[in-house]
Amino acid sequence: MAQRGVNDLGGLPGDEPVDREDHESHPFEKRVNALLRLLTHPRRKMMRVDELRRGIESLNETEYAKYSYYERWVESIRRIMLEKGVLDEAELNRKIEQVRARSTG
Amino acid sequence: MSDHGHTEHHPPEASPEFEIIETAMRELLIEKGVFSADDVNNQMEKDEQIRPENGARIVARFWSDPAFRERALADGKAAAAETGLDLNVAPDLVMLENTPQLQHVTVCTLCSCSPMFVIGPPPDWYKSTTYRKRVVRDPRGVLAEWNNVLPEDMEVRVVDVTTETRYLVIPLRPEGTEGWSEEELAKLVTRDSMFGVEQALRPGEAGR
Repeated sequence: MAQRGVNDLGGLPGDEPVDREDHESHPFEKRVNALLRLLTHPRRKMMRVDELRRGIESLNETEYAKYSYYERWVESIRRIMLEKGVLDEAELNRKIEQVRARSTG
Repeated sequence: MSDHGHTEHHPPEASPEFEIIETAMRELLIEKGVFSADDVNNQMEKDEQIRPENGARIVARFWSDPAFRERALADGKAAAAETGLDLNVAPDLVMLENTPQLQHVTVCTLCSCSPMFVIGPPPDWYKSTTYRKRVVRDPRGVLAEWNNVLPEDMEVRVVDVTTETRYLVIPLRPEGTEGWSEEELAKLVTRDSMFGVEQALRPGEAGR
């Protein structure tokens, strides 16, 4: 039998009830959603939703379980942007350190 | 064989680290001219306007306008756009009409694809690992958790969504709504009924 992807959940065991409680969208979630919409817009075509999926599905099981829904999106978008050369890893890491310094400073 | 027994217990908020990565990517992409800061704000405003009420209007028109119903069954996306939604960049949309003999239920077992271009972002339960695991195996048991207990002889059709094609379930029109306006009917259409897990509200239940 083929190995199931970490995201491939249909029909797996588990009987706990569905948690029907919902939450209002957090600003971070809205920003990540907007980021994907802008990158996938036909005018830009920087990535496709299928690629977001591929990025999410390439997370290992520990990452998949640990990251929240939109954290998975961020990590997937990061990987796809680096892979396509839209962003450069060194440049992104420099920017991350700048933002970190700003937010903790 | 890996173990899929984990459940989700994380808060909706991002950890500070992911907020930082998101901010860094956004700022770099703006610096590179991929999009502007205004584009980000405009997109967020646009997204805010897509809510379950939009889908409810589509369902209400489907119930009350036979010609619209025909068009919606032939080309769901074109019909949905008639109600004023901008679906130019949206994937295909298929309407699944429930009948007294047939209940459709939608799930994205692989991810979380949903008719978000029509009703807004999917609820947490739709994205949950428990729903995605269970609903294909025990749809009646899952629907019972919404107090939606289906008759034994009713067929349940679970539809697995893809990125390319999204589905909007058209719940059964409640009895006792003959002659109601589209506006009144729309108030009976709940978000969850458009995923097929519950029925539309009955007259007298709306506004609760």
